Amino acid sequence: MSTAPVFEQLAVGDVVAERDLLLTRDRLVRYAGASGDFNPIHYRDDFAQSVGLPGVLAHGMLTMGAAGSVATDWLGAAGWVQDYQSRFTRPVAVDPEAGATVTVTATVGAVDAEARTARIDLRVVFEGATVLGKAQLVAAFA
Amino acid sequence: MVNPEIQGRVYPPTAPYLVGREKVREFARAVLSESPLHLDPNAARAAGYADIIAPPTFAVVVQEATLAQLLADPDAGVDFTRVVHGEQRFSYSRPIVAGDELTATLTISAVRQLGGHSMVTSSSAIVDAVGEHVVTAVSTLVVRGEE
Repeated sequence: MSTAPVFEQLAVGDVVAERDLLLTRDRLVRYAGASGDFNPIHYRDDFAQSVGLPGVLAHGMLTMGAAGSVATDWLGAAGWVQDYQSRFTRPVAVDPEAGATVTVTATVGAVDAEARTARIDLRVVFEGATVLGKAQLVAAFA
Repeated sequence: MVNPEIQGRVYPPTAPYLVGREKVREFARAVLSESPLHLDPNAARAAGYADIIAPPTFAVVVQEATLAQLLADPDAGVDFTRVVHGEQRFSYSRPIVAGDELTATLTISAVRQLGGHSMVTSSSAIVDAVGEHVVTAVSTLVVRGEE
Protein backbone atom coordinates (compact mmCIF):
# COMPACT_ATOMS: atom_id res chain seq x y z
CA MET A 1 0.00 0.00 0.00
CA SER A 2 1.51 3.32 -1.04
CA THR A 3 1.22 6.46 1.06
CA ALA A 4 -1.78 8.73 0.59
CA PRO A 5 -1.32 11.36 -2.13
CA VAL A 6 -0.85 14.98 -1.07
CA PHE A 7 -2.35 17.52 -3.48
CA GLU A 8 0.36 20.15 -2.94
CA GLN A 9 3.06 17.65 -3.89
CA LEU A 10 1.58 16.70 -7.28
CA ALA A 11 3.43 17.92 -10.35
CA VAL A 12 2.52 17.53 -14.01
CA GLY A 13 4.37 14.55 -15.43
CA ASP A 14 4.57 12.59 -12.16
CA VAL A 15 3.82 8.90 -12.63
CA VAL A 16 1.61 8.15 -9.63
CA ALA A 17 0.75 4.51 -10.30
CA GLU A 18 1.61 1.72 -12.68
CA ARG A 19 0.16 -1.77 -12.76
CA ASP A 20 -0.14 -4.80 -15.02
CA LEU A 21 -3.69 -6.11 -15.15
CA LEU A 22 -4.42 -9.65 -16.26
CA LEU A 23 -7.81 -9.84 -18.00
CA THR A 24 -8.85 -13.48 -18.24
CA ARG A 25 -12.01 -15.05 -19.66
CA ASP A 26 -13.36 -15.62 -16.15
CA ARG A 27 -12.77 -11.96 -15.32
CA LEU A 28 -14.80 -11.04 -18.41
CA VAL A 29 -17.64 -13.25 -17.20
CA ARG A 30 -17.47 -11.63 -13.76
CA TYR A 31 -17.61 -8.19 -15.35
CA ALA A 32 -20.56 -9.23 -17.54
CA GLY A 33 -22.48 -10.26 -14.42
CA ALA A 34 -21.48 -7.21 -12.39
CA SER A 35 -22.29 -4.72 -15.14
CA GLY A 36 -25.21 -6.41 -16.87
CA ASP A 37 -23.46 -6.31 -20.26
CA PHE A 38 -24.13 -9.78 -21.63
CA ASN A 39 -23.09 -9.19 -25.23
CA PRO A 40 -21.85 -12.67 -26.28
CA ILE A 41 -18.79 -11.23 -28.07
CA HIS A 42 -17.34 -11.05 -24.56
CA TYR A 43 -17.65 -14.77 -23.77
CA ARG A 44 -18.31 -16.80 -26.96
CA ASP A 45 -15.64 -17.21 -29.64
CA ASP A 46 -18.10 -18.68 -32.15
CA PHE A 47 -20.37 -15.65 -31.81
CA ALA A 48 -17.47 -13.16 -31.94
CA GLN A 49 -16.17 -14.82 -35.10
CA SER A 50 -19.62 -14.79 -36.69
CA VAL A 51 -19.58 -10.98 -36.52
CA GLY A 52 -16.09 -10.70 -37.98
CA LEU A 53 -13.99 -10.48 -34.80
CA PRO A 54 -10.90 -12.61 -34.14
CA GLY A 55 -12.44 -14.00 -30.95
CA VAL A 56 -13.66 -12.94 -27.52
CA LEU A 57 -12.87 -9.30 -26.67
CA ALA A 58 -12.72 -7.60 -23.30
CA HIS A 59 -15.56 -5.15 -22.63
CA GLY A 60 -14.27 -1.63 -23.32
CA MET A 61 -15.92 -0.66 -20.05
CA LEU A 62 -13.95 -3.36 -18.21
CA THR A 63 -10.68 -1.95 -19.54
CA MET A 64 -11.83 1.59 -18.68
CA GLY A 65 -13.06 0.51 -15.24
CA ALA A 66 -9.91 -1.45 -14.38
CA ALA A 67 -7.67 1.41 -15.55
CA GLY A 68 -9.73 3.75 -13.36
CA SER A 69 -9.14 1.43 -10.41
CA VAL A 70 -5.39 1.92 -10.77
CA ALA A 71 -5.99 5.65 -10.28
CA THR A 72 -8.63 5.37 -7.54
CA ASP A 73 -6.61 2.81 -5.56
CA TRP A 74 -3.81 5.39 -5.56
CA LEU A 75 -6.21 8.25 -4.71
CA GLY A 76 -7.80 6.44 -1.76
CA ALA A 77 -9.67 8.78 0.57
CA ALA A 78 -7.56 11.82 -0.38
CA GLY A 79 -10.14 12.84 -2.98
CA TRP A 80 -13.00 11.71 -5.20
CA VAL A 81 -13.55 11.34 -8.92
CA GLN A 82 -15.39 14.25 -10.53
CA ASP A 83 -14.96 13.20 -14.12
CA TYR A 84 -13.72 10.17 -16.03
CA GLN A 85 -13.71 9.80 -19.79
CA SER A 86 -12.24 7.54 -22.43
CA ARG A 87 -12.40 6.62 -26.08
CA PHE A 88 -12.26 2.99 -27.12
CA THR A 89 -9.66 2.95 -29.85
CA ARG A 90 -8.44 -0.67 -30.07
CA PRO A 91 -10.01 -3.97 -29.04
CA VAL A 92 -8.37 -6.24 -26.45
CA ALA A 93 -8.55 -9.87 -27.62
CA VAL A 94 -8.51 -12.23 -24.64
CA ASP A 95 -6.81 -15.59 -25.14
CA PRO A 96 -8.82 -18.46 -23.54
CA GLU A 97 -5.77 -19.75 -21.64
CA ALA A 98 -3.30 -16.90 -21.26
CA GLY A 99 -5.80 -14.05 -20.99
CA ALA A 100 -4.60 -10.55 -21.92
CA THR A 101 -2.19 -8.45 -19.89
CA VAL A 102 -2.69 -4.72 -20.15
CA THR A 103 -0.27 -2.23 -18.60
CA VAL A 104 -1.78 0.87 -17.01
CA THR A 105 0.31 3.96 -16.28
CA ALA A 106 -1.28 6.86 -14.41
CA THR A 107 0.40 10.23 -14.86
CA VAL A 108 -0.50 13.69 -13.55
CA GLY A 109 -1.69 15.54 -16.67
CA ALA A 110 -2.79 18.84 -15.15
CA VAL A 111 -3.18 20.46 -11.74
CA ASP A 112 -5.66 23.23 -10.88
CA ALA A 113 -4.52 24.74 -7.58
CA GLU A 114 -7.61 26.94 -7.20
CA ALA A 115 -10.16 24.17 -7.81
CA ARG A 116 -7.91 21.65 -5.99
CA THR A 117 -8.30 19.16 -8.80
CA ALA A 118 -5.75 17.00 -10.59
CA ARG A 119 -6.22 15.41 -14.00
CA ILE A 120 -4.79 11.92 -14.11
CA ASP A 121 -3.99 10.65 -17.59
CA LEU A 122 -4.21 6.89 -18.04
CA ARG A 123 -2.11 5.16 -20.63
CA VAL A 124 -3.32 1.63 -21.25
CA VAL A 125 -1.13 -0.57 -23.43
CA PHE A 126 -1.85 -4.05 -24.82
CA GLU A 127 0.61 -5.83 -27.11
CA GLY A 128 2.61 -2.62 -27.58
CA ALA A 129 -0.28 -0.34 -28.57
CA THR A 130 -2.61 1.91 -26.59
CA VAL A 131 -6.19 0.65 -26.41
CA LEU A 132 -7.89 3.65 -24.77
CA GLY A 133 -7.74 7.19 -26.15
CA LYS A 134 -7.87 10.35 -24.04
CA ALA A 135 -8.44 8.32 -20.88
CA GLN A 136 -8.55 11.10 -18.31
CA LEU A 137 -9.79 11.11 -14.75
CA VAL A 138 -10.27 14.30 -12.74
CA ALA A 139 -9.81 13.90 -9.00
CA ALA A 140 -11.06 16.55 -6.59
CA PHE A 141 -9.03 16.84 -3.39
CA ALA A 142 -10.36 17.91 0.00
CA MET B 1 -29.04 4.08 -40.66
CA VAL B 2 -29.96 5.84 -37.46
CA ASN B 3 -32.85 8.26 -37.79
CA PRO B 4 -31.35 11.79 -37.54
CA GLU B 5 -34.74 13.04 -36.29
CA ILE B 6 -34.10 11.52 -32.85
CA GLN B 7 -31.51 14.24 -32.11
CA GLY B 8 -32.88 16.23 -29.18
CA ARG B 9 -35.32 13.52 -28.12
CA VAL B 10 -35.81 13.12 -24.37
CA TYR B 11 -37.00 9.76 -23.03
CA PRO B 12 -39.10 9.23 -19.89
CA PRO B 13 -37.16 8.78 -16.60
CA THR B 14 -36.21 5.17 -15.82
CA ALA B 15 -37.64 3.26 -12.85
CA PRO B 16 -35.64 4.02 -9.67
CA TYR B 17 -32.47 1.91 -9.26
CA LEU B 18 -31.56 1.09 -5.65
CA VAL B 19 -27.78 0.90 -5.27
CA GLY B 20 -27.05 -2.20 -3.17
CA ARG B 21 -23.90 -2.60 -1.08
CA GLU B 22 -23.19 -6.09 -2.40
CA LYS B 23 -23.71 -4.94 -5.99
CA VAL B 24 -21.14 -2.18 -5.48
CA ARG B 25 -18.70 -4.71 -3.97
CA GLU B 26 -19.30 -7.12 -6.86
CA PHE B 27 -18.69 -4.33 -9.39
CA ALA B 28 -15.58 -3.06 -7.57
CA ARG B 29 -14.07 -6.55 -7.58
CA ALA B 30 -14.97 -6.96 -11.26
CA VAL B 31 -12.98 -3.83 -12.16
CA LEU B 32 -10.08 -5.10 -10.03
CA SER B 33 -10.33 -2.34 -7.44
CA GLU B 34 -8.70 -2.84 -4.06
CA SER B 35 -9.81 0.43 -2.49
CA PRO B 36 -11.54 -0.11 0.88
CA LEU B 37 -13.89 2.79 0.03
CA HIS B 38 -15.70 0.39 -2.35
CA LEU B 39 -15.64 -2.62 -0.03
CA ASP B 40 -15.57 -1.67 3.65
CA PRO B 41 -18.41 0.45 5.13
CA ASN B 42 -16.20 1.45 8.08
CA ALA B 43 -13.48 2.79 5.79
CA ALA B 44 -16.11 4.67 3.76
CA ARG B 45 -17.68 6.14 6.92
CA ALA B 46 -14.23 7.23 8.13
CA ALA B 47 -13.92 9.11 4.83
CA GLY B 48 -17.25 10.87 5.45
CA TYR B 49 -19.67 8.74 3.42
CA ALA B 50 -22.83 7.08 4.70
CA ASP B 51 -21.80 3.72 3.18
CA ILE B 52 -19.38 2.35 0.59
CA ILE B 53 -19.04 4.42 -2.58
CA ALA B 54 -19.16 3.05 -6.11
CA PRO B 55 -16.22 3.04 -8.56
CA PRO B 56 -16.54 5.85 -11.14
CA THR B 57 -17.67 3.58 -13.98
CA PHE B 58 -20.47 2.00 -11.88
CA ALA B 59 -22.92 4.55 -13.33
CA VAL B 60 -22.88 2.45 -16.50
CA VAL B 61 -25.19 0.00 -14.67
CA VAL B 62 -27.81 2.75 -14.31
CA GLN B 63 -27.11 4.19 -17.76
CA GLU B 64 -27.79 0.75 -19.25
CA ALA B 65 -31.53 1.12 -18.66
CA THR B 66 -31.57 4.32 -20.69
CA LEU B 67 -29.64 2.82 -23.60
CA ALA B 68 -32.19 -0.01 -23.58
CA GLN B 69 -34.86 2.65 -24.17
CA LEU B 70 -32.96 3.88 -27.21
CA LEU B 71 -32.45 0.39 -28.62
CA ALA B 72 -36.13 -0.44 -28.08
CA ASP B 73 -37.34 2.71 -29.87
CA PRO B 74 -38.50 1.48 -33.30
CA ASP B 75 -38.32 5.06 -34.59
CA ALA B 76 -34.60 5.37 -33.78
CA GLY B 77 -33.41 2.60 -36.09
CA VAL B 78 -30.45 1.55 -33.93
CA ASP B 79 -29.47 -2.03 -34.82
CA PHE B 80 -28.06 -3.50 -31.60
CA THR B 81 -25.94 -6.07 -33.46
CA ARG B 82 -24.05 -3.30 -35.29
CA VAL B 83 -23.32 -1.10 -32.27
CA VAL B 84 -19.74 -0.43 -31.14
CA HIS B 85 -18.95 1.63 -28.04
CA GLY B 86 -16.94 4.66 -29.22
CA GLU B 87 -16.60 6.95 -26.22
CA GLN B 88 -17.76 7.17 -22.63
CA ARG B 89 -17.71 9.91 -20.03
CA PHE B 90 -18.99 10.28 -16.47
CA SER B 91 -19.31 13.72 -14.86
CA TYR B 92 -20.14 13.60 -11.16
CA SER B 93 -21.57 16.07 -8.65
CA ARG B 94 -20.79 13.56 -5.89
CA PRO B 95 -19.89 9.86 -5.69
CA ILE B 96 -22.64 7.23 -5.83
CA VAL B 97 -23.16 5.78 -2.33
CA ALA B 98 -24.72 2.41 -1.47
CA GLY B 99 -28.35 3.10 -0.54
CA ASP B 100 -28.83 5.75 -3.23
CA GLU B 101 -32.02 5.49 -5.26
CA LEU B 102 -31.13 6.70 -8.74
CA THR B 103 -33.28 7.71 -11.70
CA ALA B 104 -31.90 8.36 -15.17
CA THR B 105 -33.23 10.52 -17.98
CA LEU B 106 -31.89 10.01 -21.48
CA THR B 107 -31.42 12.80 -24.01
CA ILE B 108 -30.10 12.17 -27.51
CA SER B 109 -27.58 14.98 -27.89
CA ALA B 110 -26.33 14.28 -31.39
CA VAL B 111 -26.73 12.01 -34.39
CA ARG B 112 -24.02 12.28 -37.03
CA GLN B 113 -23.34 10.30 -40.18
CA LEU B 114 -19.68 9.56 -40.86
CA GLY B 115 -18.44 7.48 -43.77
CA GLY B 116 -21.44 5.17 -43.86
CA HIS B 117 -21.60 4.85 -40.08
CA SER B 118 -23.88 6.65 -37.65
CA MET B 119 -22.59 8.14 -34.42
CA VAL B 120 -25.16 8.62 -31.67
CA THR B 121 -24.24 10.65 -28.60
CA SER B 122 -26.56 10.08 -25.67
CA SER B 123 -26.56 11.83 -22.33
CA SER B 124 -28.10 10.13 -19.28
CA ALA B 125 -28.67 12.53 -16.37
CA ILE B 126 -28.82 10.55 -13.13
CA VAL B 127 -30.42 12.06 -10.03
CA ASP B 128 -31.00 10.78 -6.48
CA ALA B 129 -34.28 10.25 -4.60
CA VAL B 130 -34.66 13.98 -3.85
CA GLY B 131 -33.91 14.94 -7.45
CA GLU B 132 -30.36 16.20 -6.87
CA HIS B 133 -27.89 15.58 -9.69
CA VAL B 134 -25.39 12.79 -9.03
CA VAL B 135 -23.80 12.00 -12.39
CA THR B 136 -24.27 12.44 -16.10
CA ALA B 137 -23.16 9.53 -18.27
CA VAL B 138 -22.42 10.40 -21.88
CA SER B 139 -21.95 7.63 -24.44
CA THR B 140 -21.06 7.79 -28.08
CA LEU B 141 -22.22 4.70 -29.92
CA VAL B 142 -21.00 3.93 -33.40
CA VAL B 143 -23.59 2.09 -35.47
CA ARG B 144 -21.80 0.43 -38.35
CA GLY B 145 -23.43 0.84 -41.74
CA GLU B 146 -24.48 -2.05 -43.95
CA GLU B 147 -21.59 -3.34 -46.06
